[in-house]
Amino acid sequence: MNAPQQALDGKEANNLMICEHCDTVYRRRELARGETARCLRCDAVLERHQRIGTNGMLALVLTAMVVFIQANIWPIVTLGLNGQEISTTLWGTIIMMWNDHSQVVAILAAGTLFFFPLAKMLTLGWVLFFARRGERAPGFATAMTILHYVGPWTMNEVFVLGALVAIVKAHVYFDVLPNPGIFAYAVLMLLITIFASVDMRRLWDLTEAPPA
Amino acid sequence: MSSLPRAHELGLIGCHVCGLVCRDVPDLHDAACPRCGAALHRRKLGSFVRTWALLIAAFFFYIPANVLPIMRTVSLGDVDDNTILSGVVELWVKGSPDLAVIVFTASIVVPMLKFLAMSLLLITAHRRTAWAQRQRAKLYRLVEFIGYWSMLDVFVVALLTALVQFGILSLVEPLPGVVFFGLTVVLTMLASMSFDPRLIWDSKETHD
Repeated sequence: MNAPQQALDGKEANNLMICEHCDTVYRRRELARGETARCLRCDAVLERHQRIGTNGMLALVLTAMVVFIQANIWPIVTLGLNGQEISTTLWGTIIMMWNDHSQVVAILAAGTLFFFPLAKMLTLGWVLFFARRGERAPGFATAMTILHYVGPWTMNEVFVLGALVAIVKAHVYFDVLPNPGIFAYAVLMLLITIFASVDMRRLWDLTEAPPA
Repeated sequence: MSSLPRAHELGLIGCHVCGLVCRDVPDLHDAACPRCGAALHRRKLGSFVRTWALLIAAFFFYIPANVLPIMRTVSLGDVDDNTILSGVVELWVKGSPDLAVIVFTASIVVPMLKFLAMSLLLITAHRRTAWAQRQRAKLYRLVEFIGYWSMLDVFVVALLTALVQFGILSLVEPLPGVVFFGLTVVLTMLASMSFDPRLIWDSKETHD
C-alpha cells in the first residue's frame, strides 16, 4: 500500500465527490430536507438528504432482526385438501428443494433469503452501534466492504411477491390459509425498502478514525 | 476542460467501494484506497470481456430454462409438466390475468430485456460512440434495478413444491428448467455488475 501517494488532504477529499456512473467530479454541498443531488451529465443520484440519523437506523435494524426471526420460524402458508393440511416455513422450502434434486435452487434461496440478509443486518447493526457515538467499529473498513458486496444479493421482497403468486396458483385447487410468517415477510420487505434508500457510505463521514 | 470535469481530467480517481476521492497516479498497480483499502481502478477491470463472458454463459442457460419444464404437477396419476411460459398461460386462464402479467414481465420480459440491453450497451460502449449517452446510462440503471426480480418464478416453484405434498392426491416437483433459470438470473446479475457504466461516457468526441 502506498497510501500517502493517493491520499488527498482530508478536507479536499471531503469537499469533492465523483459520480459513480460517469466519473464526473462535483463539489459537495449540504443538502436540505427532501433534496436529492443528481448528476448533470448522466442523471444518476449523487446524494440524498438523509432524514434518518444513526440512532434511527439502528432502531430500524433491530426491528428488522426481530421481524426476520419471526419470518423464519413462523409458517408462511398452509394448504388444505380434503381435511389434510400442509404448511411450510422458509427453511422447510429450502430443505425440500435440496431433497428434490434442486440443490442449486436450495443454495440460491438460502443465500438470497437467509444468509445474505442476515449478514447485512448483523454487519449494519455492528457498524451503527458504534457510529451513533461517532466511532468506527472494530473492523469498520471490512464491514463496509461486506455491505457493499452483499447489497444486491438480498431478495426478500421478491420472495414476498413469489409467495403471493404461489398462493393464487394454489388457490384454484386447495384451501389456502396465509400464516403469520407471510405478514412478517411483508413488514421485512418494507424495512428493507427503507434501508435501500439510505447510502451507508455516509457512515464514513459521520465517524472518525481512531487516532493511530 | 469541459464545464463538467471528469475525474481523469483533474487527476482524480474515485474508490469503487467507498466512494472516496483519491489522487490518480500513473502507476495504479497495487494502489489501494487510503480509507477502505480496496484496490483503486479507473474502470472496472476487464469490464468488456467479463460482461460478455457472463452474458453469453447466461444465454446458454437461458435456452434450457425456457425449453425444459420447470415444474411437474401430479394429481391422481395425472402428470402435467409446466414450462415458464405455460405457467404464465395457466395463471392467465385460471383467472388472475394481473398476476400473469407480473410473472410474464419478471420471467420473460426482464431476462430478454437484459440480454438485449446489455448487448447494446457493450457494443455501443466498445465503439465509443456518443450516441444517446444519457438514455444508455438510464437503460443501464434500469437493468440493474429490475434484474433480480426475475427470481420470482424460482421462488414460486420452491414454495409450491414445499406446500403441495398430498401424496397421490396431489404433488408438485421441481424439474431441471428451474435450476437453469435460477443460474440464468444469477449470471445476468453478475454480468450487469461487471459492466462499467463509466465506459458509456468514454466516447471519442466529447460534446459538452
